[in-house]
Amino acid sequence: MTPESSVVEVTLESDLKNVEVAEEISRRVAGTAGFNEEEQHRIEMAVHESMINAIWHGNKNDSSKSVWLRFQIHRDRLEIRIRDQGNGFDPKHIPDPLADENLLNVSGRGIFLIRSFMDEFRVEHINGKGTEVTLVKRLSSKIQPKQGGSDREHESHNSTG
Amino acid sequence: MSMKATIRQVDSVTVVDVSGRITLGEGCTQLRELVRDQLSKGNKWVLLNLADVTYIDSSGIGELVSAFTGVAKQGGALKLLHLTKKVHDLLQITKLYTVFDVHDDEARAIGSFEKASSA
Repeated sequence: MTPESSVVEVTLESDLKNVEVAEEISRRVAGTAGFNEEEQHRIEMAVHESMINAIWHGNKNDSSKSVWLRFQIHRDRLEIRIRDQGNGFDPKHIPDPLADENLLNVSGRGIFLIRSFMDEFRVEHINGKGTEVTLVKRLSSKIQPKQGGSDREHESHNSTG
Repeated sequence: MSMKATIRQVDSVTVVDVSGRITLGEGCTQLRELVRDQLSKGNKWVLLNLADVTYIDSSGIGELVSAFTGVAKQGGALKLLHLTKKVHDLLQITKLYTVFDVHDDEARAIGSFEKASSA
């Protein structure tokens, strides 16, 4: 990956078939960032669950809408932003799936899994644009991006792009 | 790869060899219909062999829970066999590992149904 490609952006049609496309991109980017196979799978799952939320809950399964994804490899972390065109949600209002009374619920584990697999999870409603979730996975000090992908490189990329 | 399932009858136990993805959409729907179909035939002792399941998401976990409770309501039991590390980890994280009866040995798993059904 060259410095210019330390950021990957893609806009996908809001269709469940594109969940696997997002998974494939996330697995490749996570591998390039230097995460091991197990961590790659966890990142892939977090993106999978975020895509399902964006398509199913955010965009209400409307294929005329889209989901925007941005992957950025920093020196110390991978940051993933996923934006739908929905009205957003408050993660504080999601019941705890580990509570005894919720343990056998059929749904309600997606956000919990994202939080379990990533180091940071944020939700932001952007007026007129939709809802954006940010997922962050930190690289341990022992592993570094395979090629390129530093903050400085991205700043340079932005200033010339 | 979407979900595939092969059904075997071993004594009174219906063994379902599942492979592929149990995710929102086709995989979950297939699993739901499969369990419903078995229950309609009176097969209420179900062993899901998940050895070749490559991917399971939150909806797939929900479908396993739904199958588990649905079979139990009919007076039967649904158990899990040969969890991959990924599925094992997911059930641990979601605290469902202790809810499901999980086995690593098919013969012992089938034997555990016989004990339950004759009790």
